[in-house]
Amino acid sequence: MRIVVCVKHVPDIQSERSLGDDGRTVRDGGDGTLNELDENAVEAALALVEARGGDDDEVVALTVGPEDAVEAVRKALQMGAGAAVHVLDDRVAGADAVGTAQVLAAAVRHLGQERPVDLVVLGMAGLDGLTSLLPTMLGELLGVPALPLASALEVEGDAASGGTVQARRDLDHASETLRAPLPAVVSVTDQANDPRYPGFKQIMAARKAPVTVLSLDDLGVDPALTGAVGARTQVLVARPRPPREDRVLVQDTGDGGVRLAQFLVERGLV
Amino acid sequence: MTDTTTAAPAPVLVLLEHTADGTLRAPTDELCTAARGLAAGGAVEAVWVAGDEGDTPAPAVLEHLGTLGVARVHRLVAEGGTHGTALVAQGLTTLLDEVAGARAVLLASSFENKEVAARLAVRTGAGVVTDADDVVVEDGRVVTGKTVFAGTWTTRCAVATPLAVVTLKANAVPAAPAEAATAPEVVDVPLVPDAVAAAVTLVERTERDVSGRPDLSSAHVVVVGGRGTEGDFSPVEELADVLGGAVGATRVATDEGWIAHDAQIGQTGVTISPRLYIGAGVSGAVHHRGGMQASGTIVAVNADPDAPIFEIADLGIVGDLFTVLPQAAAELRRLRG
Repeated sequence: MRIVVCVKHVPDIQSERSLGDDGRTVRDGGDGTLNELDENAVEAALALVEARGGDDDEVVALTVGPEDAVEAVRKALQMGAGAAVHVLDDRVAGADAVGTAQVLAAAVRHLGQERPVDLVVLGMAGLDGLTSLLPTMLGELLGVPALPLASALEVEGDAASGGTVQARRDLDHASETLRAPLPAVVSVTDQANDPRYPGFKQIMAARKAPVTVLSLDDLGVDPALTGAVGARTQVLVARPRPPREDRVLVQDTGDGGVRLAQFLVERGLV
Repeated sequence: MTDTTTAAPAPVLVLLEHTADGTLRAPTDELCTAARGLAAGGAVEAVWVAGDEGDTPAPAVLEHLGTLGVARVHRLVAEGGTHGTALVAQGLTTLLDEVAGARAVLLASSFENKEVAARLAVRTGAGVVTDADDVVVEDGRVVTGKTVFAGTWTTRCAVATPLAVVTLKANAVPAAPAEAATAPEVVDVPLVPDAVAAAVTLVERTERDVSGRPDLSSAHVVVVGGRGTEGDFSPVEELADVLGGAVGATRVATDEGWIAHDAQIGQTGVTISPRLYIGAGVSGAVHHRGGMQASGTIVAVNADPDAPIFEIADLGIVGDLFTVLPQAAAELRRLRG
């Protein structure tokens, strides 16, 4: 079983996040971190591989992004990933979801040429863009089934033996279980597991672990399909939302509920 | 708000959603209203996902869609029912071949519709915007509004491709009837699942029980309970019912098992933007704010004067939710007589 887990370096959601004049996320604030939801993806991949425990079972962490983005795969290595790949190429900057998916799909194919990939695991969303488009786009581009938003995941066998993946999904109006043949793409929710904390030894070992750096040329990706050039949407205006005006904070002195009701009436909300 | 002066008429597709008993879901009116603006005189082509071969819009549903100016209802029909986001995407792709020159596909923002949007983007080359709170045509391009970073930034984004795929947040666009009603005809789109759609097997699916309250994701009023409820949601439910609203919860409340996980509001749960949000015993952690900060009016009741939610509340009441909420509910009942 060989699993590729896609991870992303994002600005810490507890920090002041901002968009630059070009409408892109400012990513050099020094407050970057592994996208929290990707920790669930790494944990899910590690748990699947550890349950098998064979020499051929491996988790490869994959990221695409600028220099800092290596921190995302580094964190995955700390958690226990066996190998790391960083697609680093200036021409990827400004990519939208489909442009990013093109690069990741090429990277997964590249890894598959060394040795077949059975499963690609992602987090349920990036806490910067929150579009949740990537897992499905990746499945579509790779021509394999996509089962996003798994709150529980079961894998039987591997791609070579006709194995399957089964995912439990909690959706807006329904819950369902889907099954698909391997290879496949899945994303896991923050309900799927509790990510492990790496120990000191793992953190030290991950520091020295090699990270394979690849360019678009290495992957054979047409630069026109990604980056700002390939982006199908263009940010026209980006500005901080003005703070709410006329905010009122009162201490309840016995008539708090009445004041609440009056406020709703005054605002025409009832 | 919809500037159509510079746009030529073009068809716009709207993905309808309906419950098992054939009732349209809440955002339909908003989607159709937005679609008319985008179409600029072009046809609004609605899409009905047939759960089984006999699933078709009832006369009352067609009449309602007529008041919204829908030209046609295209029924996606597959043997055994049209299930799964890959098959819906396949149906929409087929339809886009038939409806020449479509400007946009509009969908309600939901987990499943984002999957449909993702597939459409790859298959048709369309640009995608998810969770838009506004969609108009400017200079012949589809332009969307969207808030990002937990509602702290607003953006306007132009779609550079001829076709735009946009998932629209509930309560973003006010619904309005068309100037002239139409009589929509129903057209069947027969589908045979392609390899991608056929590869996924639906093992089991349970539609969520209807609580009798409005759907959380599209409700105009949402009352939310957090840690401060200590597991007792009765005052939250009482106020929600007086206001005709939905009941939501924070991650803490769902993790504690006080309320079902599907009530969780936040970056990894349901994203809401109701006209009125009332948070009771909600501290306002960044994960939660990301799912509600775009709400129209925000009211917060919390015993802790330092709760971060007060920083974004139009009205903040420092007090005990177990006295403030029942008193508010009683006062609202009294005012109504």
